[in-house]
Amino acid sequence: MKYLVKKIVTLIMTLFLVSVLAFLAFQIIPGDVVTSILGTEATPEREEALRKELGLDQPPVVRYVRWAGNVLKGDFGESYRYSKNMNQMMPVAELIGDKLPVTLLLAALSMLIIIVIAIPLGVFWARSKSKILDVSLNMGTQTAMAIPSFFLGVLVTYLFGFVLKWFAPGSYVSFRDDLWGCIRYLIFPAISVAIPKIAMTARFLRNSMLTERSSDYVRTAFSKGASERRVSYVHVLRNAMMPVVTFLGMIIAEIVAGSIVVEQVFSLPGIGKLLISSISTRDFPVVEILILYITFVVIFVYFLVDILYRVIDPRISSK
Amino acid sequence: MKKFSITLMALLLVAALGGCAGGKSSEDKSSASASTVETQGNGTTQDQTPAVDPKYGGKVVVGVQQDIDSLDPHKATAAGTKEILFNIFEGLLKVNENGSLICAVASDYSVSEDGLTYTFTLRDNVKFHNGKNVTAEDVKYSLERASGLLDGTVLVSSLQTLKSVDIVDEHTVQVTTGSANLELIYSFTTAIIPAGSGEAEGSNPIGTGPFSFVSYKPQEGLVVKKNPDYWQEGLPYLDEVNFKVVSGADAALLELKGHSIDLYSYLTDSQAAELANDYQIIAAPSDALQALFLNNKVAPFDNVKVRQAVCYAMDRDLANEFVTGGDGTIISAAMLPTLKDYYVDLNDVYGTGANVEKAKQLLAEAGYPNGVEFSVIVPSNYEAHVQTAEVLADQMKAAGINMSIELVDWNTWLEDVYRQGRAYQASICAITCDMTPSYLMVRFQTGHKKNFINFASSAYDEAYKKAEASMDLQEKAKYYKEAQKIFVDEAGTAFIQDPPITIALNKNLSGYKFYPIYVQDMSTVYYNNK
Repeated sequence: MKYLVKKIVTLIMTLFLVSVLAFLAFQIIPGDVVTSILGTEATPEREEALRKELGLDQPPVVRYVRWAGNVLKGDFGESYRYSKNMNQMMPVAELIGDKLPVTLLLAALSMLIIIVIAIPLGVFWARSKSKILDVSLNMGTQTAMAIPSFFLGVLVTYLFGFVLKWFAPGSYVSFRDDLWGCIRYLIFPAISVAIPKIAMTARFLRNSMLTERSSDYVRTAFSKGASERRVSYVHVLRNAMMPVVTFLGMIIAEIVAGSIVVEQVFSLPGIGKLLISSISTRDFPVVEILILYITFVVIFVYFLVDILYRVIDPRISSK
Repeated sequence: MKKFSITLMALLLVAALGGCAGGKSSEDKSSASASTVETQGNGTTQDQTPAVDPKYGGKVVVGVQQDIDSLDPHKATAAGTKEILFNIFEGLLKVNENGSLICAVASDYSVSEDGLTYTFTLRDNVKFHNGKNVTAEDVKYSLERASGLLDGTVLVSSLQTLKSVDIVDEHTVQVTTGSANLELIYSFTTAIIPAGSGEAEGSNPIGTGPFSFVSYKPQEGLVVKKNPDYWQEGLPYLDEVNFKVVSGADAALLELKGHSIDLYSYLTDSQAAELANDYQIIAAPSDALQALFLNNKVAPFDNVKVRQAVCYAMDRDLANEFVTGGDGTIISAAMLPTLKDYYVDLNDVYGTGANVEKAKQLLAEAGYPNGVEFSVIVPSNYEAHVQTAEVLADQMKAAGINMSIELVDWNTWLEDVYRQGRAYQASICAITCDMTPSYLMVRFQTGHKKNFINFASSAYDEAYKKAEASMDLQEKAKYYKEAQKIFVDEAGTAFIQDPPITIALNKNLSGYKFYPIYVQDMSTVYYNNK
C-alpha cells in the first residue's frame, strides 16, 4: 500500500513538472499562435480579438494557472487549430480520443509481432551452436537496428506495396468504417515498427540467456539430470526474461507514445502525427495534453513492469 | 492567359457600368486556359473540349498538403482551405477559370455611376444544401457578417469599406460603400451562408456550391458529396470528393504510386518525372511571386546599391532551369504577368542572367569591395524555395555575394520575417495573389502593415495612391506601371519568378480546370471511362 502511494505521488509530481516545462518551452520557441491561425491577411482588430479570446493577453503565470485549473477539473480545453464545425474548435479530449485508437491498435499489432518473433528467435539463437548462424544473425540484427525508421518505412512500402502488391500505400481506412481493413493496412506499419525492435529484443534475450547459462543453478539443474531442453526453457529462460521484460516495457512505452516517423510515412492519423503537426502549428492545448499523456504512459508502463517483476520473481515482493 | 486579362478589363468596365459578365461561363469552352497549360514529361494536356461524353458518378480522392484552418468560409484564411471550400460555398459572384467574374447567387447586378452603390438581383431558386431557398435576408446577413457590420469584427478585410447592406425587395439587395474602388467587385465572391448559421451552435458548413459538406476529421480530411440541386444545370459530375490530408511530399509520392490519390498538386520536377507513366502530368502558372526578399532597413540592404548588386548578380534563368524545369516565368516587380493590363516587363533593367561585373562594381561603390555576407531565411516546408536558395547561394558567390541559408519552420518564418520584429536580412519565399492588382502592390507602401521588406519610397506611395483612387482603367494601369518602375529602380526586392504548379491527375479523369486563383474546382471533373 505504501508502495502504491509512493508511486502515485511520484506520478503526480512528474506530471506537474513536465507540464510546467512544456509550458515554458512554448513561451520560448518562436512563432505566434495568432499569426499562425489567422495568416498574414487578417485585420489587426481581428488579431486582437482572437488574442483576447484565447487569453493570450494575460501574463504567462495567469495562463498556466488557469489552464492547470481547467485540466484538474477535467476540462482539457479546445484545439487552437482544428475545427469541430463552423463555430466551434475541436475539444482536445475528443481530438486525442479520436487519434488514440489508431496508435493503440498499431502498438498492439507491433507488440504482437515483436513478441511472437523475437522471443523464439532469441532462444533459438542462444541454443544454436552453429558458427555461421551466429555470425549471420549477428549481422542481420545489427543491420535491422541501424536502418533509420523513415527509410525502413519506405522500404516496407516498396516491398509489400509495389513489388508484392499486398497493400496499396495510403489506402488506410478508419477503424470505425472497417475494422478488418484497418488492421490489414496497419500490419505493414507494424512490421516497420517491429523490425528494429525484434532485432534488439532477440539480441538482448540471447545475451541474457548466455549469461544465465553460466550460473550455478544451471549446473545444479544439469547435475540433477534435467534435459538440455528443460534447463533452457524452464530454468534459464525464466531468469533471462527479467531484463527483457524491462526492455519490452520501454518498447511499449515508446510505441504507445506514437510512432512519429512511421505514422508519417504511412499517413496514419495517430498520436505521433498529431504531436508533430500540433507543435508546428503551435497548438498549445493539444501539445500540452499529448506530452502529459506520453509522460503518463511511460510512468504507468514502468509501474506495470515493476508488478510483472514480482510475478516472475516472487523474491522481489517479499523484500 | 491573354483572354483572361482582356476579360478582366472588360469586366472592370462592365463593373463600372453594371451587368453581369460571362453569363453561363461554365459552358464556355474557350481555349484561353488551355493555351496556358503546358505539357510535361509524356503527360497530356488536360482536354478542355472532351472527346468522350462525360460520365456521371464516381468518387475522387484529392491529396491536399495542409489541413484546413476553419470550416467557416469568412474566417478561413489559408489558401489550402479556400481551395477546398470553393466547392461548398459561393458568393453573389464567382470567379471562373478565365479569371472573370460570373454571376452565382446573384443573377445580375449594377453599380451606380459614382461607384458607391451596388445593386444585386438574386437568382431564382438557388438552394442552400439544407434545401432552403436563398433569400435577401441570407445575403444581407452574410455580407454584414463578413464586413464587420454585424458585430464590429471584420472577417473579410477587403469588405471593410462597406457602409450598409439593405434589402430592397425579396430579390434585390443594395450595398453601399464608403469609397469608390473599381476592384471592390471582386470581394462579392464572399460566401453566402444561411442567416444566423455563423453563430448557431454546432452548425455544419452550409453553402450553395456544387458539393455539400459531409464530414471533416482533423488530419484525415474533408469529404463532400454532390449537391443535386445545384443551380448550374448538369454540374457536378462526381458523387463524392474526398480531400485527403497527406503528410508531406514523400508520403504523397508513395500514395500516388499506390493509386490511393487521384489528384495531387505541387509536385516537384523530379516527382513529376517519376509519375509520368501512371498519371497525366499538367503544369500551369501558380500565380505566386517568388522573390529573394531584402530587408530595406537592415544592413547591408539599407544601401540601394547593394540591393541593385544582388539584382544584377542573381541568375534567374538558372534558378528557373534548375528548380522548375524552365516552366517558370521570370518577373522583376510585384505584378503577375497574367494581370496583363497592369503588368510591365522590367526584366531588362537588371537582365535575367548574372551580370557579375556590374554587381561587383556596385558593391565596390557601396563600400563593400570585398563582397557582402548575409543570411537568408527560408521556410523549410517549401521545397522549391529551399532549392532556389541553394542554387542562388552557389551562383552569386562569383559576384562576391555570400549567402548563408537558414532553414526555419513556417511559424518561425512568420515571426522572424513577417511580424513586427523584422530583424532578418533576406528571405526567399513567395507572395500569393488574388485577382486584384492592388493586393500585390498595396503592401509596399511606406509603413504599411504588410510591408515586411520595409520598403520606403514616397514616389512609390504617391503612384500607388493615384492608381488606387483612379476610376479610369487606362489611368489606373498607367500609375500601377509607374509604381512598378519605381520599385524596380530602387531594387526594393529581387523578384525571381512566377513558378509553375505541376499536378498529377488520374488518367481516367477529364475536365479539370486551372484557375488564375488558388482553387480546386471539382465540379467539372468527370470520369471518361468506367
